[in-house]
Amino acid sequence: MSWSEDVFSVLDNHQVSTIATVPDAGLSHVLSLCEEAPSKKVVTLTTEEEGVGMMLGLWLGKQRGALFMQSSGVGNCINALSVMASTRCPCAMLITMRGQWGEFNPWQVPMGHATQPVMEAMGVYCYSVEQADQIAETFDAACGLAFNGGYAAAVLIHQRALGTKVF
Amino acid sequence: MDQHVTLPVDDEGRVRRRPLVAELMAHRGEALVITGLGSATYDVAAAGDHDNNFYFWGGMGLTAMTGLGLAIAQPQRRAVVITGDGDMMMGIGSLATIASAAPDNLAILVLDNERFGETGEQMGLSAGVTDMVQMAKGAGFQKAATFATEAEMRELPDLLFSTPGPVFCVAKVAPGNDARVLPSTDGAYLTRRFRDAL
Repeated sequence: MSWSEDVFSVLDNHQVSTIATVPDAGLSHVLSLCEEAPSKKVVTLTTEEEGVGMMLGLWLGKQRGALFMQSSGVGNCINALSVMASTRCPCAMLITMRGQWGEFNPWQVPMGHATQPVMEAMGVYCYSVEQADQIAETFDAACGLAFNGGYAAAVLIHQRALGTKVF
Repeated sequence: MDQHVTLPVDDEGRVRRRPLVAELMAHRGEALVITGLGSATYDVAAAGDHDNNFYFWGGMGLTAMTGLGLAIAQPQRRAVVITGDGDMMMGIGSLATIASAAPDNLAILVLDNERFGETGEQMGLSAGVTDMVQMAKGAGFQKAATFATEAEMRELPDLLFSTPGPVFCVAKVAPGNDARVLPSTDGAYLTRRFRDAL
């Protein structure tokens, strides 16, 4: 099984019914699985911070959501994450990294470098994963922390696990 | 809105927001209400606190998207967003997200005073060439309209609380700050209270 299929199972196990995303290449398979599943709804966002606001609305309505994005989108979410901290709303995030190991596009490097410090400054618990076979179990732990503890928790999938984008 | 109700206006004939919101909230029924930070939060709180009101105190630009999440999570209930022009403009791209998701139980009301009321009444972008209703239509809203007079605003209760959505309404209201009516600022409490009341 690929990690995408394992992550899909984690979403099921945590009763996550709605995924909000600005997509990334590394997320395309798990997003396809979610789009095909009758039990899941995928909402494509204009910009990533919308997804943070949406996580609060889902939680207020007693549903569970998850937010999938590329690391560049984390920068768009900074002030929105203050709402998660203020409300203790669960916010489970799966983030594919850019701007790390072997990145071909230098414009991706500053935000990639800042992704984890910025999230941690906003109170998000971050778990970086470098091996593909550890993505799903780490996301399972992050979902547990989010939904059982009322925290924002993110899994940062390292480019070592995804392979780098080459043009 | 009842025919006998006369909404107060300012000396330029613009409807005052506080009595407008009070009149609208009298029609809320079982609706779930999310308010945008600043005057929209105070206006809705002034109409009477309610366990199924959720008040933003920060996170400018997010209110409409929280309404979308709520509408998806509670498809049998009406979800209503009441916010200001600054909050809506900051999250204007969310109109595309919402129109595409197309929840039939969501309505958004923008109380458009064309100003940043919290920070000194600086003019907002909706005072100029920008038309949020045209932006909503471009984003894909089939039901989007501006309401400038009391007579036009008589349609608002039905549009907010019963017309199949998604609905986007802009009510042009008088500038000027009403007395601040402050609900709880404890976000964790407001969240738990809202969920427990479902």
